[in-house]
Amino acid sequence: MRTIWIITKRELHSYFDSLIAYVMIVLFLGFSGFFTWIYGSDIFLVGQASLRTFFSIAYWTLFFFIPALTMKSLAEEKRSGTLELLLTKPVSEWQLIWGKFLGSLLVIGIALALTIPYIITLSSIGNFDLGANLMGYLGLLLMSAAYIGIGIFTSSISTNQIVAFLSALFVGLFFHIIFGVLANNMSGSLGGIFSFLDLNTHFESIARGVLDTKDIIYFASIMFVGLYMSVISLAKRNMN
Amino acid sequence: MDIIIQNLTKRYGSQNAVDDISFEVKTGEIVGFLGPNGAGKTTTMKIITNFIAATKGDVSIGGKSMKEDAEELKKHIGYLPENNPIYEDVPIMDYLKFVAELQGIPKEKIPARIKEIIKKVGLNDEKHKKIFELSKGYKQRVGLAQALIHDPDILILDEPTTGLDPNQIIEIRKLIRELGKEKTVILSTHILPEVEAIADRILIINKGKIVANGTAEMLRNKAKSNEVIKVSIEGGDTNEVFNALKKLASVATVDFASRDNNSFHLESKPDMSTKHDIFNLCVEQKWFISELTPVEQKLEDIFRELTLN
Repeated sequence: MRTIWIITKRELHSYFDSLIAYVMIVLFLGFSGFFTWIYGSDIFLVGQASLRTFFSIAYWTLFFFIPALTMKSLAEEKRSGTLELLLTKPVSEWQLIWGKFLGSLLVIGIALALTIPYIITLSSIGNFDLGANLMGYLGLLLMSAAYIGIGIFTSSISTNQIVAFLSALFVGLFFHIIFGVLANNMSGSLGGIFSFLDLNTHFESIARGVLDTKDIIYFASIMFVGLYMSVISLAKRNMN
Repeated sequence: MDIIIQNLTKRYGSQNAVDDISFEVKTGEIVGFLGPNGAGKTTTMKIITNFIAATKGDVSIGGKSMKEDAEELKKHIGYLPENNPIYEDVPIMDYLKFVAELQGIPKEKIPARIKEIIKKVGLNDEKHKKIFELSKGYKQRVGLAQALIHDPDILILDEPTTGLDPNQIIEIRKLIRELGKEKTVILSTHILPEVEAIADRILIINKGKIVANGTAEMLRNKAKSNEVIKVSIEGGDTNEVFNALKKLASVATVDFASRDNNSFHLESKPDMSTKHDIFNLCVEQKWFISELTPVEQKLEDIFRELTLN
């Protein structure tokens, strides 16, 4: 656990030292703030003291930002050879991957925490359901965990960050849209399977304020499979 | 801690990068790994440090097998990988702190330890810089510092002096020799005088196999070669001397050592010495010898002989 935290700290440092984290957070707040408060079907148009608008925008901004955040994590270590430095220290592959994962998740956590003023504003102007809105945040965090899992995996298979970024988007696209579209076009058990695989279904149900173990298992599985495959991909250097 | 390597083999596809090698390194011994590029030096080091797994064979350190106790054994190893990979965008102090934490050094001891190590490798004047601001030689020192920070029993250094200037090379060699008194050190290099200067023992590896194992002295003796002597003879005509030398029973070849005076390189026939015959010849002809020096066979020649086939 100590080792994981040391790597997480180093990961956070590298995000903030290289400005990636600042750029990300500013863009995230800028985009979601603009569409939540100023433009389109914003909160004033909807006319409800609810952050649903924000959640559906963050649902998309995070989808694009997370691969940008995770693309560096392992690809760069592999390219520069520092992976060798880390893994010949008393650090296991799992510890490294968990450290990287937590580092990225914390950056997302910080970005989301900076939208707390939204909650304060809304609760002062209307009848605000704190519980339901906090569930929305939980949904975003769970979705981020799943996408970080995917992002770290795609970063582990390449030494090129762009390849890692694009493949993370490609894999993510299936969960984000394609499974949902397939589920709508198919009936019967196949449709049911696709509907279960569709990330939006699970996200919506949490964002509505319903916490179902099924949804948590869904996000946790994507995350675990991603991280597990990253470990396998790192261990592959031992096989031929 | 002793390192024992048994029947280590690493296959890449159909090629054996390391082919069934076995050797031991004892505590307080510095072993120099020598070999042409692609001979398997780096691969062997990566296996010893548990970065990659061997196809066959085992590494045991202090009596424990790398296959069973890898996580425990890794704590005892300080490793400087080839090309010195390093986080560029980090200040030196932060980087060393990160490595010290990973190595499990207690928090309260870290600042003192970093101070000590920075002094040891000669980074004191640069310590507040970020790593990308450093020259290659200083980066190499940071690489050494991170390998040494937890005072490991075993040091594995893959080409530790590349990129250093001559003064730095001498300093680093001195440091390694000092460390080697109590630690077990394996270092690789392709600079031949370097192994002679640092290592107690030399391992020459070629195409994944160990082709020589011994002190520089032993290797010289082992390489079967004929005596070569540089001799300068005065008092006679150059051609006359040349022909006379050529006729001597013990001389295999004669060559001019330089154009303008009577200096020659003489190679003896196997198991013979030419010195006696030269002396007799000169007495007979009333020439005199102004120089007679054995030309020592260089490690380079031994290296070439063992690795060029």
